[in-house]
This record gives sequence, structure tokens and C-alpha cells, in this order.
Amino acid sequence: MSRFRAGKKRTLPPINTASLPDCIFLLLFFFMVTTHFRQTNIRIMVQTPRATEIKKLEKKSLVSYIYVGQPIPQLQAVYGTEPRIQLNDAFATTDDIRDFISSEREQMDEAEQKQMTVSLKIDQDATMGIVSDIKQELRKTSALKINYSAKRKGSGMK
Amino acid sequence: MARREIQPINAGSMADIAFLLLTFFLMATTMDVDTGLPRLLPAMPEDKEEEQSEIKERNVFVVLINKDDQLFVETEVVDISALKGLTKKFIMNPDDDPALSEKRPEYVEYFGEVMVSKGVISLQNDIGTSYGKYIEVQNELALAVNELRNELCLQKFGRRFDNFNPLNETENEIIEAVKKVIPMAISEAEPKKTGGN
Repeated sequence: MSRFRAGKKRTLPPINTASLPDCIFLLLFFFMVTTHFRQTNIRIMVQTPRATEIKKLEKKSLVSYIYVGQPIPQLQAVYGTEPRIQLNDAFATTDDIRDFISSEREQMDEAEQKQMTVSLKIDQDATMGIVSDIKQELRKTSALKINYSAKRKGSGMK
Repeated sequence: MARREIQPINAGSMADIAFLLLTFFLMATTMDVDTGLPRLLPAMPEDKEEEQSEIKERNVFVVLINKDDQLFVETEVVDISALKGLTKKFIMNPDDDPALSEKRPEYVEYFGEVMVSKGVISLQNDIGTSYGKYIEVQNELALAVNELRNELCLQKFGRRFDNFNPLNETENEIIEAVKKVIPMAISEAEPKKTGGN
């Protein structure tokens, strides 16, 4: 080895990687900031049904979520086991949907408001009565683009 | 006392740790892609009195799920496995059965003059119907339409319908044309109370 080095005078100096962690940290912070876990405090249990003909939802910023399902076990003592609607962080009734939709609309650009999609994350054991009520309410507020949230059949991922 | 120099902390593995965190956040950004069945609700009618134009009885394919999650197609109890076949038959109406949907000639790009079904699938449910069953039926109806589109595309272009890329301009035109030839006309009726509960 020493002979090898002696033979060749001009060796490339090693690249200084001391600043590599800084670069990575910069990237890391970028992703940390841009990743927004929209998982609001989930107060209900939702097991969405499975389907095969599903499509991906594009443009997350245009999607609002309405959750319907049984309250989580810790809250069942207070709220019972009947399926309930959750908007943002709190339980709601169908009357609150109107305000929820208009406040979600205000957060969007005017040009994009028409493309707003409401994703219905509804438990498969919920009954259609509550779903129909939500649909009627959405029609009244003319939020017509909806998405019945469903998972791909056969995949075990949650 | 022996001279003891403070050794510098080896920061070589810092990059690795940062990488690990980085990959985590990279993954997290795409982890929960929401998937589902996209649908468009009908607009609320301005006036209650003003009803939509009459649709002939033969053009309406009534699919009803009652409160016990039983499936009825045109008032007959049907197993979910048979629904897809019935739907396809209703839309295509290959033998021009007078009980199934009518067709009207329409000019569509790429296809020329074609017969387009006037049929509308009316999906009705009870308040007591479970959401899981409802989506199962919705899925089955969508599957019927998608299979018909696939068959059409295989016949015409030798490719499946879902292989066309909507981001490509010409391919998107083809997608729109196919959608015109085989429309997905699913009407979600307002709930009716069928049977007690």
C-alpha cells in the first residue's frame, strides 16, 4: 500500500462529507414541514368497505373528509355506540355539514372551489339512513363531487 | 495525571440517522392515499314541483337493497353474483329485447355512428341498508360498466380501457369517447322507506 502511494504522487483528496448531514437535515426539515398529517383526532372507528373499482383521489388539498362510524371505546360511555358523524375534531350532526363545507371552501382558491371533493369515510356497518342524510345535505350546499372511500380488495394495508 | 485529550465525537453516522428520518417522512407523504369510488351527486332541484323529464320504464334498471341487505333487481330477488351480468345485458341489450334499455344512434369521435344505450341504473336503498352492502353493489355496477368499456376497447384498439393514460391528450380523447359510447348512468335515488323498521 505504501509502495503504491509512493508511486503515485497525485492522489485525489477525499471529498469532504462533513456537510452531508446538513444537506440531509435540510431535506428532512422540508419533508417534515410539507407532510401534514391530516389525521385529526379520530374519535370514531372507521373500517371502510372494500372494493375493486376504486380510483385514487388526486390533489389532497381539494379533499375534505367526513367520517362516520362508532365512537372509539373510550368515548362509548358518553356517546353510545350508534354511528356518528365527525367533522374535523368534533362530533357533529347533519346540520353542521353546511357550515363545515362553507368553511372548507373558504380555505381554497376560488378557481379550485369547483373541484372540491368530499370524501366520505364511512364505516361499513353504518346504515344508509345517516349516509343519505349526509348526501342530501351535501346536495343542498352543492358540494356534488363525492368519493365513497374504500380500500382495495385483498390488500391488508390499513 | 496523564494527558487525556477529549476525543471528537464521531459524526459520521449522523448522515445515516438523518437519512433514516428522511426516508420515513418521504414515505409518510404518500402513505395514506385515499382511494374510493368517485361519484357525482345530482344537483338539488330548484323547485320541488319541477321534476326531471320522464324516463321510460324500460330504460330504468331498478336495483334495490332493502333493510335486510337483500338485493332486488326489477322487483326480483337476485344474488349479488348475478348483478353484473344482468347490468351488462341491460346496458348492451344485444338482442333488442323490448324489456331492456333502448338505444339511440349518436356520432362519437373515433367510433363514428354508434348505438348508445338510453338506460339508467336506479340504485335505491332503505334507511336500514348497511353501507358495506351498498358499496358492494355500487362496486358491482361500476365493474359491469368498466368491463363493457374494456371489451369495447379491446375490440376497437386492442387495449384495455384502463390502460389508456388520461394525461396523454389523444388517449384522453379516446377515454372520453368510450365514456360517451358506454355511459355510466347510475342514479342514486333519495331514500324511500321500504318495509318496516
